[in-house]
Amino acid sequence: MSEPWLVNIQHEKLSFFTPAGEVKALNDVTIQMKPGEVLGIVGESGSGKSVTAYSIMGLTADNGRIVGGSVEFNGHQIDKLSEVEMRKIRGKEVSIIFQDPMTSLNPVYTIGNQIGEAIRLHTDKKGDEVKQRCIELLSLVGINEPEKRLKQYPHELSGGMRQRVVIAMALACEPKLLIADEPTTALDVTIQAQILELMQDLQKRLGMGIIMITHDLGVVASMCDRIAVMYAGEIVEYGEVDDIFYNPKHEYTRGLIASIPKFYEQEYERLVPIEGQPVDLLNPPAGCPFAPRCKACMKVCLNQKPERMDFSERHYARCWLNVKAAMESNQ
Amino acid sequence: MSDERKLLEVSDLKQYFPVAGSRDVVHAVDGVSFHINKGETFGLVGESGCGKTTTGRSILRLTEPTSGRIVFDGDVLFDSQTGEKAKMLPYRRRMQIVFQDPYASLDPRMTVGDIVGEPMDIHKLFSNKEERQARILELLSHVGLNSEHANRYPHEFSGGQRQRVGIARALAVDPEFIVCDEPVSALDVSIQAQVVNMFEDLQRELGLTYLFIAHDLSIVNHISDRIGVMYLGHLVEVASSDELIFHSAHPYTKSLISAVPIADPKTARKSKRIVLEGDVPSPVNPPSGCPFRTRCPYQTEVCSQSMPELAEIAPGHQAACHHIDKVGE
Ligand SMILES: Nc1ncnc2c1ncn2[C@@H]1O[C@H](COP(=O)(O)OP(=O)(O)OP(=O)(O)O)[C@@H](O)[C@H]1O
Ligand SMILES: Nc1ncnc2c1ncn2[C@@H]1O[C@H](COP(=O)(O)OP(=O)(O)OP(=O)(O)O)[C@@H](O)[C@H]1O
Ligand code: SF4
Ligand SMILES: [Mg+2]
Ligand SMILES: [Mg+2]
Repeated sequence: MSEPWLVNIQHEKLSFFTPAGEVKALNDVTIQMKPGEVLGIVGESGSGKSVTAYSIMGLTADNGRIVGGSVEFNGHQIDKLSEVEMRKIRGKEVSIIFQDPMTSLNPVYTIGNQIGEAIRLHTDKKGDEVKQRCIELLSLVGINEPEKRLKQYPHELSGGMRQRVVIAMALACEPKLLIADEPTTALDVTIQAQILELMQDLQKRLGMGIIMITHDLGVVASMCDRIAVMYAGEIVEYGEVDDIFYNPKHEYTRGLIASIPKFYEQEYERLVPIEGQPVDLLNPPAGCPFAPRCKACMKVCLNQKPERMDFSERHYARCWLNVKAAMESNQ
Repeated sequence: MSDERKLLEVSDLKQYFPVAGSRDVVHAVDGVSFHINKGETFGLVGESGCGKTTTGRSILRLTEPTSGRIVFDGDVLFDSQTGEKAKMLPYRRRMQIVFQDPYASLDPRMTVGDIVGEPMDIHKLFSNKEERQARILELLSHVGLNSEHANRYPHEFSGGQRQRVGIARALAVDPEFIVCDEPVSALDVSIQAQVVNMFEDLQRELGLTYLFIAHDLSIVNHISDRIGVMYLGHLVEVASSDELIFHSAHPYTKSLISAVPIADPKTARKSKRIVLEGDVPSPVNPPSGCPFRTRCPYQTEVCSQSMPELAEIAPGHQAACHHIDKVGE
C-alpha cells in the first residue's frame, strides 16, 4: 500500500497566460508531505514558492492553469475539484496566513466578529460556544486579555498581534495543513521570534502539517523538517534540513548557503554571491534553469534538463554534476 | 580637541516631530551620541521605528535636528547650543545617502545615465560634456553595470541593478561619507551578497566611510567595524562588531542577538531564543527612565526613575543599563 500523504504533488506544471506570452511558473514540481510534517520552501523572488503552495488550496489566479501533473491534498484530487467543492476544504482542512496580516483581516469588523465568522463557517458551533472558542483561540496564540481584544479592531493592534489573530483564525477548525507565506517577513526580529516560537509550539500541540514559505534560510533551519529549494519554477533540491545545509547537492543550494553571512564566525569571510540575474520565465533556459548563473556549468547543462538523482529516500537534486560524479565513480 | 581619526561626531542628537492635529510630539531620536572613524563602517541596528533613518537624515540635515551637535571632519555642521548652522551645499558633495527602496528612489522618466549625472550637474563638476559622459560610464562600471545601461530607464532593471544605480548616483560627487539606509533589505539573498561585496570593494578602493543602517543584524555584523544598537530613539549599546555579538551587555541587545534566525540547523537547535514579551512602546509616549524597561526581564524601580547613561563598560564598549552586572547571569 502507498503511504497516506497529506500533500502529494506529482510533476505539476502551471502556467499563467499573459499578453506577453505563457509564463511557465511551475515546471515539473513534485512534493510529498506526511501528516504533521513541517516543510520549508525557499528560493528567490519569482521562483514559484507561493504559486506552488496556493495551488494546493486551489487558489490560482484566473489567468493561470495547471497544465500538467497532479495535485493531491488530504485525499482530494485538487486539480479535478470545482470551486464550490474547493471552498469546503479551504479554511477547514487547509488554511493560509500571509506576510501582511491585513490581507486576511477586514478593517471594519472587530477581531471577535472575524474569528467568530471563521468558526461559524466551518463548524456547527453557535452563540456562546462561538465566543468561548474565540477566547480559547486567542489564548492559544498567546494574546492576553482575549475578551477585551474581541471587541477591538485590527488597527488597534500592533503588527505582531495582528499576525497572531490571523493565526488564530487559521486554526479555527484545526486544519491538517497550515500554509504560511512569509508570515514574519514584515515583522521585527524580536516579534518574528515570538511568532516562530508560537508556530513551533502550536505545531507540536496540534500535530498539523506546516508549509513555511520564506526567503530566509535562518527561518527554515530552526523550524522545518524538510526543505524544498526552488529555482525558476522547479524544485532543484529537496531533502531533510541537515541534507540541505550540510550535504547540498545542487549548485544553487550551495550558492545560497555561501551567500549569507555566518553569524557566529569571528574570522571575517567575504560573502560568495551568486552572480548574474534571476531567470525570465517568459524565456526560460532550455537546460538547467540555473545554468546561466552557475560557476560549474557544463555544456550539457545549457541544453538538457538535468535528471533527478536520489541520494536517499527523501533527498534528491537535479544537477548534472551529480550524474557526472556517479558516472565517474562507476568507471 | 578634535580627534584626527574621527570623521563624524554626533552629540546628544534629538529629532522630534509634531503629531498632526495634536500637541504631542514623536520622540524619533532622543539624545543619541556616537562617532564614526575615517574609513570605517558604523552599523546601526534596531527595530522598525526606533529612529535609524531619522538619525541618518538629521546627520545630513535633510531634516533639521531639534537639538544636539554634529561635527564632520572637524567642522561644526550644527550646534543647537551655539546656534551654529553650516551652509550645507559644500558638504552635500562630501556626504551622500543611498536609500532602501530601489524602486521609489529613482526617477522613472530619467535614463540611468542622467540619474547618475544629475548630482554632477548640481555641483557643477563638469563643464565639458565628454568628460561628464566618461565619468558616468566610469561610475557605472564601478558598480558592475556597463556603458550600454546608461541609455536605459529604471523600469528595465532588476532590484539589485537599480540599487547599483542608486549607489553610482551617490558616488558621482566623490563623497567621503555615505549613509546607507537599508540598501540591501529589499533584495533577494543571492543579490544581497553581490551588493554587500560591492560596498566593501568601493570602500577599499575609494577610502569611503559608511553609516550602514539595517534591521538585519547578521548583515550589519558582517559589514561593520563597530555597531550601535538603537531602541526607541536611544542608543543602548555601542561596541566593535565582534565584541557586540560575543560579549553583548544590554538586555535588549542580548534578546536581539538571540532572535536572529541562524542559518545552521545544529546551532539553531542548540540555541535558546530570549523571547521578549509585548511590543515596542510608542515614541509619542515613551516610558519614563529606561526606554526598554517595559519589556526588560531585569527591570527594577530605578529603571523607571532615571534614564541609564550610555557608559563605557570595557574599552570601546558602551552600554546604557542600570543593571549591567546582573544581565546574563
Ligand atoms: N497572475 C499571474 N499572472 C502572470 N504571472 C504570474 C501570476 N502570478 C504569479 N506569476 C508569476 O509566477 C512566478 C512565480 O510567482 P510566485 O508568486 O510563486 O513567486 P514567489 O517564489 O512566491 O516569489 P516571492 O518571493 O516574490 O513571493 C513569478 O514569475 C510571477 O511573476
Ligand atoms: N517626518 C516625520 N514626521 C513624523 N514622524 C516621523 C517622521 N519621520 C519619522 N517619524 C517617526 O519617527 C520614528 C522613527 O522613524 P524612523 O523612520 O527613523 O525609524 P527607523 O528606525 O528607520 O524604522 P524602519 O526600520 O521602519 O525604517 C517613527 O515612529 C516614525 O513614525
Ligand atoms: S536599565 Fe533597567 S529596564 Fe533598562 S535595560 Fe537595564 S535593567 Fe532593563
Ligand atoms: Mg511569494
Ligand atoms: Mg528606516
